[in-house]
Amino acid sequence: MSDVMEFEGNQDNISTKTYLEEAVSQQEISSLASVVSHHSTPSSQPLGTGLEARGVHAWFGKHHALADVNLDFPAGTVTALIGPSGCGKSTFLRTLNRMHEFIPGAAMAGEVLLDGKDIYEPGTDVTKIRLKVGMVFQKPNPFPSMTIAENVLAGLKLAQLKAVNKDDLLEECLHRAGLWNEVKDRLKAHGGSLSGGQQQRLCIARALAVKPEVLLMDEPCSALDPGSTLKVEETVRQLIESVIVVIVTHNMQQAARVSDYTGFFLSDGGPGQLIETAPTSEIFSRPKDPRTEAYVTGRFG
Amino acid sequence: MSAQVPQLEARDFSAVSPKKPWKLSPREVAVNASTIVIALILSPIIVQITPLKGKLGLVLTFILVATVGNIVLSFLRQGVQAIGNSIASTFIFLAAGLVLLPVASIFFTVIMRGYHALRINTFTQDMSVAQSDGPFTEGGALHAILGTLMLVLIASLISVPIGILTALYLTEVKGRAEGLIRFLVQAMSGVPSIVAGLFIYSVLIVGAGGHYSGFAGGLSLSILMLPTVARTAEEVLKLIPRDLREAGVALGGTQWRTVVMVVVPAARSGIVTAIILGVARVAGETAPLLLTILGSTATHLNPMDAPTSALPLYTFNLLRTGLNVAIDRAWTGALVLMILVLILFVLARLASGRKK
Ligand SMILES: Nc1ncnc2c1ncn2[C@@H]1O[C@H](COP(=O)(O)OP(=O)(O)O)[C@@H](O)[C@H]1O
Ligand SMILES: [Mg+2]
Repeated sequence: MSDVMEFEGNQDNISTKTYLEEAVSQQEISSLASVVSHHSTPSSQPLGTGLEARGVHAWFGKHHALADVNLDFPAGTVTALIGPSGCGKSTFLRTLNRMHEFIPGAAMAGEVLLDGKDIYEPGTDVTKIRLKVGMVFQKPNPFPSMTIAENVLAGLKLAQLKAVNKDDLLEECLHRAGLWNEVKDRLKAHGGSLSGGQQQRLCIARALAVKPEVLLMDEPCSALDPGSTLKVEETVRQLIESVIVVIVTHNMQQAARVSDYTGFFLSDGGPGQLIETAPTSEIFSRPKDPRTEAYVTGRFG
Repeated sequence: MSAQVPQLEARDFSAVSPKKPWKLSPREVAVNASTIVIALILSPIIVQITPLKGKLGLVLTFILVATVGNIVLSFLRQGVQAIGNSIASTFIFLAAGLVLLPVASIFFTVIMRGYHALRINTFTQDMSVAQSDGPFTEGGALHAILGTLMLVLIASLISVPIGILTALYLTEVKGRAEGLIRFLVQAMSGVPSIVAGLFIYSVLIVGAGGHYSGFAGGLSLSILMLPTVARTAEEVLKLIPRDLREAGVALGGTQWRTVVMVVVPAARSGIVTAIILGVARVAGETAPLLLTILGSTATHLNPMDAPTSALPLYTFNLLRTGLNVAIDRAWTGALVLMILVLILFVLARLASGRKK
């Protein structure tokens, strides 16, 4: 933690030059930038629909964990959140679907606008918000008492929704999660009988079955092998047509591969803050903030 | 993905056979067994030549000699470090044996003394016309079996829902009274069973002018069953990872639906264990029944109106007569109670099995 730089007072002392002097970093940056280039960032941001965080703060009891985050998630995009651990990425993610309030002693400030409406407005139905803003957790967590098929459709039962055709929905969601071919012959098996990577894709299928507008993913690949990671990334890229994806990751290559925009978070022991947000290719090729550059080139974190 | 996995060339592994190098060799097993044999031979001799007397002395000498033999053996094999391990494992085996002994002895005694009077009519007749010192082919424990089933059913109908809801309050709602409720449940599990009987007797039978009845008995048993169910269910629910609850809520479920659809099913087999422990707690209770169901020789299936019987009370009342034949019947009652509880446990385990 000691080499994480402070970002309020000391900013002037850390000259941009120091970073440019290191030749290795330039090479690393360009190699990452080349990974990014295979998909172009949307040139114009879609308007109207989407998710917006306005001045979001979060507390755990007296501990101010997150301060003043302003971030847009336009429709049809994938946004990656990066930063050292403990800087508030998960906390921020959980303010976006009102899971933060699940923790005793939690508090927040600011607005989170979904399609222009604040999800924290008094009188808002929390369950409807969580239905629209789905979540995939770090550790795969299929429901142990349910079969694969029941797991996928669990959201319908939990939220008491009616599906026109459950079989079609089941197949569609498993297809979109890239799992259909592997499980189509054992839909009646228990969710726990799948491998870790398959379980995580099952959780993605489960989250998709309630047709969310936004999907929040908190380090979804951190417990997965490289093969499963690639599959999840493929899945994420296919989702953007219908779902806004926000993904927390510690893997720079992954951020470069899947995201259109990247937000960099940092904490110096105080509340975590959003340092920089830009199209992913820019974050990795010409970051504006020296701390971002130091992080993406692996000099701390 | 699977289509891209590269093929391995075919190789012949048939020359290698599976072995278990960690197993003791026959020679080592023989040496181990010889310490037991030596102890078996030595201990009677020691008992003979020393003032030690009787079965107890024999057993104690045997334990001592076997332990010393084991320690010497492990010292010879592995040196000083192995001694501590050897002492610990010897005592653990002894402790396990000592626990098994009374259990096995109870089963053995109940079966040996209970089967004399066991007849078909034990399960088909009650004692309303038969004499308790009459031949075993007359009369039976039907009224007591049905009474015990009825009491356990009534107690379960009351305690299981309340117990599980209490556990859910403690683990899921975590309301303001959490500490108080947990304390009360703990205190309740210390209530002596006769007090539970007295309570129902004074409130329901004396106070409210009710009858001795199966319902009163079931109520008194439910007081004893509730804390067992609630505390065990709480421990089990605490083991369910928070991730699962969050996943349910994140899918748009209310907390209640998440609990019912995700948390409780995930804890199902543990909750069945809680119920089993609760039934085990009350099935053999006698004291509260003396004050609430009074006892009867005839079959009463209406739980509300009249004194009824139960297996523990049936056993108790027959033992009290002091007649040899009746005492045989009493042992049969104890045997039937054991079998009944066993059957209930097996049924509960089957019902909670993973397959639907
Ligand atoms: N349940 C919690 N209770 C108290 N503090 C928490 C809790 N979860 C996270 N925090 C604190 O909030 C800060 C941000 O944590 P988190 O959002 O999990 O970081 P990240 O996901 O970026 O690694 C950390 O300082 C952490 O200690
Ligand atoms: Mg995190």
